[in-house]
Amino acid sequence: MSQDIYPKLKEIIKPYLPEDVNPDAISTESHLVTDLNINSTHLVDIVLDVEDAFDITIEDDELDNMETVDASIALIEQKLATR
Amino acid sequence: MTKEEIVRKLPYTDPFLFVDKITKVTQTHITGEYTFDENHTFYKGHFVNFPITPGVILLECMQQIGLVSLGIYLLRDKDFDLKSNSTVAMVENEARFYKPVFPNEKVTVLSDLEYFRFFKLKSKVKMVNEAGETVCSGVFSGILKPGDAKS
Repeated sequence: MSQDIYPKLKEIIKPYLPEDVNPDAISTESHLVTDLNINSTHLVDIVLDVEDAFDITIEDDELDNMETVDASIALIEQKLATR
Repeated sequence: MTKEEIVRKLPYTDPFLFVDKITKVTQTHITGEYTFDENHTFYKGHFVNFPITPGVILLECMQQIGLVSLGIYLLRDKDFDLKSNSTVAMVENEARFYKPVFPNEKVTVLSDLEYFRFFKLKSKVKMVNEAGETVCSGVFSGILKPGDAKS
C-alpha cells in the first residue's frame, strides 16, 4: 500500500519545494519543514492536495502527523483503511 | 459579532488602517468600504506632481477587508485577539490591476472565501470603484499565527 502512496505524495510535494531544493532531495525520512524548507502555508496546501488526491479528510489536529514523509504516508494509509 | 465589532478588532490603526466599514458579511463572503483620504502622506511621494494610490496600498486594503476582517468574523467564537495573543501574515497574492485609484476615491472590496483551514485563509478578492469598475482583482491568502509576533 505505502509503495503506491509514496510516489503520489512525492508528486504532490514537488511544486511546493523552494527553488533551491532539488526534488531528488525528497526521501521517506524527509521532514517537510526542516529538511525540505517547505513553509507552513505550503504545508496546508500539501494537506489539501493530499485530501483531494486520496479522497480523505485530514482533521485540524492531525496536521502535526504530517511533518515527515513517513508520517504522512502512515496517516494516509490509516485514513484509507478506515474510509 | 456586529460589522462594527469586526472593524474594532482589526490590528491596525492610523496611518495604516484601510477599512472604513464592513457592509456585508457571511460565512463565505465579506464586503467592505474605504475612502482614500487625500491627506495620506504617501500621496506626497507617489508620484511627484501626480498623486495616485500605490498598488501595494490597494493590496493592503484588499487584505485588511478580504482576509483579516473575514477571518476575524469566522473566528468570532474562538479566543483569538490580533491585538494581543495572535498575529496574521500575508502569504500569497496574485493580483492584476485594471484602474488607478486617485485621492478621495471610495472603493468597495468584495471577498469570496475559497477555504479557511489549518489557520490559512484563501479568498478571491476584488476591488471596485464608485463607477462599479474593477480596480484590482486576485487571489489572496494569509495565515493566522497563534502566539505573539516574535514566536
